[in-house]
Amino acid sequence: MSTAAAASSPFCTSPAVCSALVGWFGDIRLADRLEVGGKGGSLGELKRAGIDVPPGFVLKTAAFERFMEALESESPVRQRVESLQADDLEGITALSAQLRARFVATPLPADVADVIAVAVAELGKGAAQSSVAVRSSATTEDAADASFAGLQDTYLWVKSQQVQERVRSCWGSLYSVESMSYRRKRDFEEKNVAMAVVVQTMVDARTAGVMFTRSPLTGDRSVMTIEGSWGLGSAVVGGEVTPDRWVVGKITGEISVREISAKLIRHAAAAGGGIETVPVPEDLQRVACMSDDEIQHLRALGRQVERHYGRSQDIEWAVERGSEKILLLQSRPETVWSAKESAPVGRAVPDPVSHVLSIFGGRR
Amino acid sequence: MNALMKPKQFPLPSSLQVVPGTERAQAAYPYYTQFSAADDQRFWFYNSMHFPEPMSAFDMVTAEAAYCALGAVNTRVHCLPTTLGIDHRIINGRVYIGGNSVTDPGEIAARLEEFKKRAFYYYENWERLYDQWRAKMLKLIEDAQSLPKPELPELEPLANVHAGRGVASNHILLDTYQKTLEGYFRMWHHHFEFLLLGYGAYMTFFEFCKKAFPEITDQTIARMVAGFDAEIFRPDDELRRLARCAVQLGVDKSFQEHATVAEIIASLEQKGEAGREWLEELATSRNPWFNINVGDGFYHYHRAWNDDLSMPFASLSAYVGRLKSGESLHRPIEKLQAERRQLIEDYRELLATDDDRAAYDQMITLAHRVFPYVEGHKFYCEHWYTNLFFNKIREFGGLLAAHGFFNDAEDVFQLTHYELESAIIDLMNAWSTGSKPRGPEHWPPLVAERRAALAVWTKHSTAPALGAVPDVIDDPAIVMLWGITRESLDRWLSADSGPNKDEIRGVAACRGVAEGTARIITTVDQMSRLKKGDILVCQITNPTWAPIFDKIAGAVSDIGGSMSHAAIVAREYGLPAVVGTGNGTTRIKDGQRIRVDGGRGVVTILH
Repeated sequence: MSTAAAASSPFCTSPAVCSALVGWFGDIRLADRLEVGGKGGSLGELKRAGIDVPPGFVLKTAAFERFMEALESESPVRQRVESLQADDLEGITALSAQLRARFVATPLPADVADVIAVAVAELGKGAAQSSVAVRSSATTEDAADASFAGLQDTYLWVKSQQVQERVRSCWGSLYSVESMSYRRKRDFEEKNVAMAVVVQTMVDARTAGVMFTRSPLTGDRSVMTIEGSWGLGSAVVGGEVTPDRWVVGKITGEISVREISAKLIRHAAAAGGGIETVPVPEDLQRVACMSDDEIQHLRALGRQVERHYGRSQDIEWAVERGSEKILLLQSRPETVWSAKESAPVGRAVPDPVSHVLSIFGGRR
Repeated sequence: MNALMKPKQFPLPSSLQVVPGTERAQAAYPYYTQFSAADDQRFWFYNSMHFPEPMSAFDMVTAEAAYCALGAVNTRVHCLPTTLGIDHRIINGRVYIGGNSVTDPGEIAARLEEFKKRAFYYYENWERLYDQWRAKMLKLIEDAQSLPKPELPELEPLANVHAGRGVASNHILLDTYQKTLEGYFRMWHHHFEFLLLGYGAYMTFFEFCKKAFPEITDQTIARMVAGFDAEIFRPDDELRRLARCAVQLGVDKSFQEHATVAEIIASLEQKGEAGREWLEELATSRNPWFNINVGDGFYHYHRAWNDDLSMPFASLSAYVGRLKSGESLHRPIEKLQAERRQLIEDYRELLATDDDRAAYDQMITLAHRVFPYVEGHKFYCEHWYTNLFFNKIREFGGLLAAHGFFNDAEDVFQLTHYELESAIIDLMNAWSTGSKPRGPEHWPPLVAERRAALAVWTKHSTAPALGAVPDVIDDPAIVMLWGITRESLDRWLSADSGPNKDEIRGVAACRGVAEGTARIITTVDQMSRLKKGDILVCQITNPTWAPIFDKIAGAVSDIGGSMSHAAIVAREYGLPAVVGTGNGTTRIKDGQRIRVDGGRGVVTILH
């Protein structure tokens, strides 16, 4: 791609160009991962599977590449990252500061800016909420996205006029100390690392949290573990509150653990955009943030998603205030237990009766 | 100095005191059931599961006959590799038991070879042997039913004389008594013929599931194995059938909610042909299905429906009411079976490897083959036969009371089975010599003393276990039948120092949370106290209590595991239930507000 071409002409007059840079959730899927990132692909996939997700679009990696071309033409970026040693924390920290400053200072290519403006306006039409979430959706050809994806930034309650700035911040977070260290340790090729950005309508969450479709403690596939708290899920994910916790039989729906904890704070929309931490009224602190019916509904959604992907999932969810609808914000493959080689617990034996020796034969 | 460093130990048997003033009643129990100094070296636990109340001198025969048979089967018939039998001791009317495990590796290996020749043969020929078992059991029941009523005529009937019987009626007394006792001991051998093997196959599947699905609940595994058509469900099914008959025959108005049995029957008798027809249906159901006790069959006062129709009739009225409000009482067996199949299939699909699925298939198949025995034997053994047995003893009580030995026929249960034989021989002697029997001077004060002792013992709680805690419990019988593990013992040891005195832990039997007023129900006639939304707190429940389950909000019992009948019925009704709390009926006070968390197995007293 030539730098000269990228810098010129208003692009979004043409729908073809528009779709080269933007993918609406309904039009993308996990197979488009290299263009839309893991998070973006998974949201498209969920929508295709018939699951409610907050509406939105992905600013594809092509937009990032266009921006990078502009940066690289001024002075190299990727080459400097690759020249760093994984254990050179000082060097990584210094480069991170430099690069992130450049991401903030460099304006978006005009065509990218136009595309974002058009898509944000489109998203705002008829939406319950004009604020959006701007979420990193990084991708790399070098490894599964899961662990890598968590290293980049997400911005909640972003007002429409702030979106462009937040997109650049997301991109810049690819050059955070953590993210670069991670890539250097694993020796990723920088040219394969790119970032798409998800922009979606903000959910005014009454309750939000996470759900694992297997037990994070034991790896048990027959249970779902759900954690939730009042307000936005960021308080749960960030560990700022001890969430309520349920363990639910995946098949039976039996709730075998129901721990209702003291939820002292919640994350809420701040007046000027972004989020703030506010205290939870005392009379709600020890009240379950989900009803049993909602837990069952969530379980059904978890099963649906898991079946769709054919593997255990790590899901973020929210209950929308007012509509009380349960929306899924993200689903990614569970990585910890799935990575373990699962040795069979038992095997068939020629004489099935001899299985009873596990009980009668002594345990030594 | 440091309490935590002290080895954990329950009180020693020798430190247990016979309650002062009850020493003579304690001495009545056979010498071999009294604790001895050597018993301090062993670990014992209180069998509150089967014997939650102090046992009268006669009722102790149940413990004796059961352990005699259990031990014989484990030790010498099937040769369980790691365990022999279970010893029992009695103090203050409470039954303590201790397993005899095999720990020498050489002996375990030798017994294992025997086990394969014996137990494996049973598993392989299960269906044939079980059919044979049923026939044996029915024959045993028939024999018990054909024993004559104990009677002593003034003179030997002329017919016996002319027939040249050559044996007088007093001898028949001894013969009948010894056959009665012999039959009971024999029944317990039949009882244990398959039981441990049945539980073992179930536990094999259970442990596999716990490994494959570490967080699966006990009741989910139980649901995969439990059947729906075992004989133990028949009595309740018969009540449903009789309720439908009443509606079909148009005699349902006779079943008013608070009517007595006599009133209902009188009303039916006035209903002409329809009433007569219904009473005939009742007679059909009664034999044999009303031979079911209101308890678990271990106490002489757990009477059968046939002996006290008030319980089944109370349920009948409730069923008639439900039918009239448009409910179908049909138990959808096919639907339940389809659900069970689906559950098994869904869990199978979650297994990680094909190896696991192959092992799972083998184990669930074996569990399904053997489990009908575990569910089915109870009706024949603990209910039908036990009822015949206690009633025959009651007849001896009646005879002895008529000859002045007792004030009441029920007093017979205050004698040990040896003492009863001596009383019978005393009466035989007196009848033959023409003298007065000695019993009337001898027994009444002893009976009074023992009744008083039982009343005292009931008020005294007893230690859940005695002696040093073993490092591991590797006795499959103890683990399977009583659910006793190292963890449960640790919980008992820390029970008094627990952070929450208002929390009672038991076995999670049926999921769900219920709050309501606790009603402590210890006898059937107290059931009318239950109001809609109350929580039943009882020592044990059994299938005969099923009809009240749709009135109450939850259930708590002192004894029972996740496979107990209380648990099975609770699940059928979707009723939050915690079973096996050990002492729920004494820690919870009638009228208290409590919360039952049936998923976690926790009862909380809310006051």
